[in-house]
Amino acid sequence: MKACPMSVRVPTEDRPEAVAVRNLRKSFGTLTVLNGVSLTAKIGDVVSILGSSGSGKSTLLRCINMLEVPDEGEVVIGGEPIRLERDRRGRMRPADPAQVDRIRTKVAMVFQSFNLWSHMTVLENVIEAPIHVQKRPKAECIAEAEALLAKVGIADKRNHYPAHLSGGQQQRAAIARALAMHPQVMLFDEPTSALDPELVGEVLRVMRSLAEEGRTMLVVTHEMGFARDVSSRVVFLHKGVVEEEGPPAEVFGAPRSERFRQFISGQRVE
Amino acid sequence: MDFAFMAETFMKLIEGVPLTLNLAFASVALGALFAMLLALMRLSGVAALDWLARGYVFVFRGTPLLVQIFLIYYGLGQFRPSLQALGLWWFFREPYWCALLALTLNTAAYASEIIRGGLQSVPHGQIEAARACGMSRWLLFRRIVFPIAVRQALPAYGNEIILMVKATSLASIITMMEVTGIAHKLISQTFRAVEVFVCAGAIYLLLNFLVTRAVLALEWWLSPHLRGAPAPAPRLEAAHV
Repeated sequence: MKACPMSVRVPTEDRPEAVAVRNLRKSFGTLTVLNGVSLTAKIGDVVSILGSSGSGKSTLLRCINMLEVPDEGEVVIGGEPIRLERDRRGRMRPADPAQVDRIRTKVAMVFQSFNLWSHMTVLENVIEAPIHVQKRPKAECIAEAEALLAKVGIADKRNHYPAHLSGGQQQRAAIARALAMHPQVMLFDEPTSALDPELVGEVLRVMRSLAEEGRTMLVVTHEMGFARDVSSRVVFLHKGVVEEEGPPAEVFGAPRSERFRQFISGQRVE
Repeated sequence: MDFAFMAETFMKLIEGVPLTLNLAFASVALGALFAMLLALMRLSGVAALDWLARGYVFVFRGTPLLVQIFLIYYGLGQFRPSLQALGLWWFFREPYWCALLALTLNTAAYASEIIRGGLQSVPHGQIEAARACGMSRWLLFRRIVFPIAVRQALPAYGNEIILMVKATSLASIITMMEVTGIAHKLISQTFRAVEVFVCAGAIYLLLNFLVTRAVLALEWWLSPHLRGAPAPAPRLEAAHV
């Protein structure tokens, strides 16, 4: 399908870290979802995060932009650690909400259920945050949004409302909305899981083209083909810990972990 | 039926329409602001504010508006020296301000529940998407939560506005000469209750017909996303070639 994008890039060792997650722990009540997860993505990395449901992969992604606040551990975006503190009940919270808001503008997220704003057209969805959060000039934002919508193949839908689009079109609109922020990192939380099978391809094609541009992406996915062919690194989570990690050729070719072997052979382990 | 008399009555009652609309719209507008505050108190997560708002809604929804009007106009009138000392007597002396206050406090209690329902109906995913874009709490409220909540709450709020137009008739009990007040006066002069009240009823019906149409128009204008998909627009395409 494509030459390995890594070959045209700077060697891994020399690229700075875009995202670093250190020893992340997160529990919901008595359920421990993340039990000491560490992960780094350098600029240009495409990291596929695999795991059966309940393995903590979505929670890990949501901790990176603080939609979930970890109980322990550290998240560093572009070299800047997100400062956390304990509230009176002893729970962690961002020490400086403004810092989190600022970092979120650099870390765009694409959701499983698209989450486009239902009262705005596709174009309005794409220009909303650039205009109101990043305070960029409206004309510039519109021009760029139109280019982005053309890039994801839905330029003709720009005046439609999300309810009038198919799932695949909505997800591509959501990707355009994420790109409009000029993010340093893109988080994809099971972007194709809510789509009808025949619509999955159009979204994966867009994601593949983003990977080929050298964008830094962390992708929680069940698409083995994408993980194998597009990502530069695969992380397999199981019961809240990293069970297997490495370049796709390595982990798919010779998995070290028995659980990962079972997982890729189609037997979802609990 | 004496149609000449009814036409004459109708013209006299029409003179009360400005005051009826004045009371209705002023109380709905002021009540909406207060209702928003109450709804935000309910959803603030601060127990004291939540219970304060709950208590307020309980009292004002649970007692008749007529009783509230009496209590504010006649009840507070008994505290004239204290109100004069506070410099508030000019307000509570006037039946207009008392009626407006009672209507506002009453509609705020109902509307706060409508607004709370609207705010809570905003899909969580859309809020998360806005947070993930780095929106501050205020921006998130202004650009995403509030616009979606308004659209959700509008049909129920239309009901509330209609109820308020009719509720203004209670102001006649404290001497306000709005439509019902004038009707009372005409009946005491002519003893022709049926004709006068038929005319008064017709005026409220007409007013509420207009209110209903206005709310429907607003709803239509605010919710293109709930209607069918737009037809392909070649004109717009051409404009960008």
